[in-house]
Amino acid sequence: MKILADPEMFHLLVGVFALLCLASLVGIILEKIIKAPEKKDMVSNLNARIKAWWVMCFVFTGALLTGGVGSVILFAFVSFLALREFITLTPTKRADHRALFWAFFVILPFQYIFVGIKWYGMFSIFIPVYAFIFLPIRIVLGGDFEGFLERTAKIQWGLMVCVYCISHVPSLLNLTITGYEGQNAKLLFYLVFVVQLSDVLQYIFGRLFGRHKIAPHMSPNKTVEGFAGGVVAATLLGTALWRLTPFSVWQAMAFSLLITVTGFFGGLIMSAIKRDRGLKDYGTMIPGHGGMLDRIDSLCFSAPLFFHLLRYFFAIWD
Amino acid sequence: MIADFICGLTKLISGVSVRWLGVQPEDKPRVYFANHTSHLDFIVLWAALPKDIRLKTRPVAARDYWAKGRLRNYLARKVFNAVLIDRKHLCAHDEEHNPIHLMTEVLDQGYSLIIFPEGTRNLEDNIGPFKSGLYHLHKQRPASELVPVYLENFNRILPKGEFIIIPILGSVTFGKPLAQVKAETKVDFLNRARQALEELKNR
Repeated sequence: MKILADPEMFHLLVGVFALLCLASLVGIILEKIIKAPEKKDMVSNLNARIKAWWVMCFVFTGALLTGGVGSVILFAFVSFLALREFITLTPTKRADHRALFWAFFVILPFQYIFVGIKWYGMFSIFIPVYAFIFLPIRIVLGGDFEGFLERTAKIQWGLMVCVYCISHVPSLLNLTITGYEGQNAKLLFYLVFVVQLSDVLQYIFGRLFGRHKIAPHMSPNKTVEGFAGGVVAATLLGTALWRLTPFSVWQAMAFSLLITVTGFFGGLIMSAIKRDRGLKDYGTMIPGHGGMLDRIDSLCFSAPLFFHLLRYFFAIWD
Repeated sequence: MIADFICGLTKLISGVSVRWLGVQPEDKPRVYFANHTSHLDFIVLWAALPKDIRLKTRPVAARDYWAKGRLRNYLARKVFNAVLIDRKHLCAHDEEHNPIHLMTEVLDQGYSLIIFPEGTRNLEDNIGPFKSGLYHLHKQRPASELVPVYLENFNRILPKGEFIIIPILGSVTFGKPLAQVKAETKVDFLNRARQALEELKNR
């Protein structure tokens, strides 16, 4: 494929799969040497997570290799699964039924169609303007005013976070950056790689050195040590990968810091929503990780910022 | 084969998660009783059972709804192998029209049953009062375990009166079979059965 012909992309892919091999090896060794029953659970959870990472990496790489179409379809699916988890947690009423139908089967596909046909103007306002106004109209026709604002706001939030924000990831392919033509897939990889690596590193640093809880009520597993170690390490890695991007070294560092910190807050915010509903995970579809939304919560908040800053400072506007 | 397809499709649409709390799927005549809010309910409960047990489990359904129209009739009789009860001509003394007799017959053949003791789909958020059928069934076949099954969110996926399905995640929770209590009044028994479902709701 065209993307594999790019030596940088090829090296990155080799690097990712080498990391996965390393992680699996560590997982196997830990399983052999750790005998304490209370730690066994942690190790089996870790191994479930690593296995799920293999699957996620294959799916993501496969989608990237198809060029644009595969990524748009993949993230449309990701949005669908995330929105489904979000709405499941949200107490909607019978009167919202038809509005939800529109959200799932009309608004979501159209948002990704706009990404696919590279219609930037519509892509950027479709949900914040048209869907924002349409949804309450459809809900008010349902004739139930009890909790109206809350119900409407929750559906709008679901669409914004799960569909609008996530659709910025494949939209990276649509930006035109002088001297970087045809290489945008690497930016997509860069964003997802740095953000997800930051999650993983925060988890590892937290497990190894975590002492002080950073937000005990929101997310009891997050610690100051995990946050600092993960963000610093991921930022350094993101900086080291500057050659993949149209950025200079310092710009790469600034962007990496931005997406790792916003990624952290994305995780915290989605966690607050879960806790409000009395749950620990959004779902069960990814073994070890929880639901789709548990895995992409950090992307929800970093992707739109990464996209728009990149567009403002680096892309040619049409 | 059609049954497998329908089960697969239902599971896919409802992304159903199945939990067995304090009970295991076993091949013996049982009565699964569940709350009822959607047309999807018995299909989902049925699909949630492991295949070998599913083949020996028959839902109890209303004849006036399921015998109407070719497709429904076909589905009820051939695919789900439902026990159809005529709600309009119930008669305790006539074996053919006595629903309890029809159900015990099925249990005696080694099959399990799925019943919805609320009698009809409930529009409220909480579980409605139980009809007495469950009590009479239990009186006649005390050895058959009564397994409470709480179905969550299916009224949101397909509410009463709607035909559009929304892909919200549903869940099916199987609970511990009701304990045997001697000399219990009908009201007490029905309350206890309803309470067992209520408890699963909060697990």
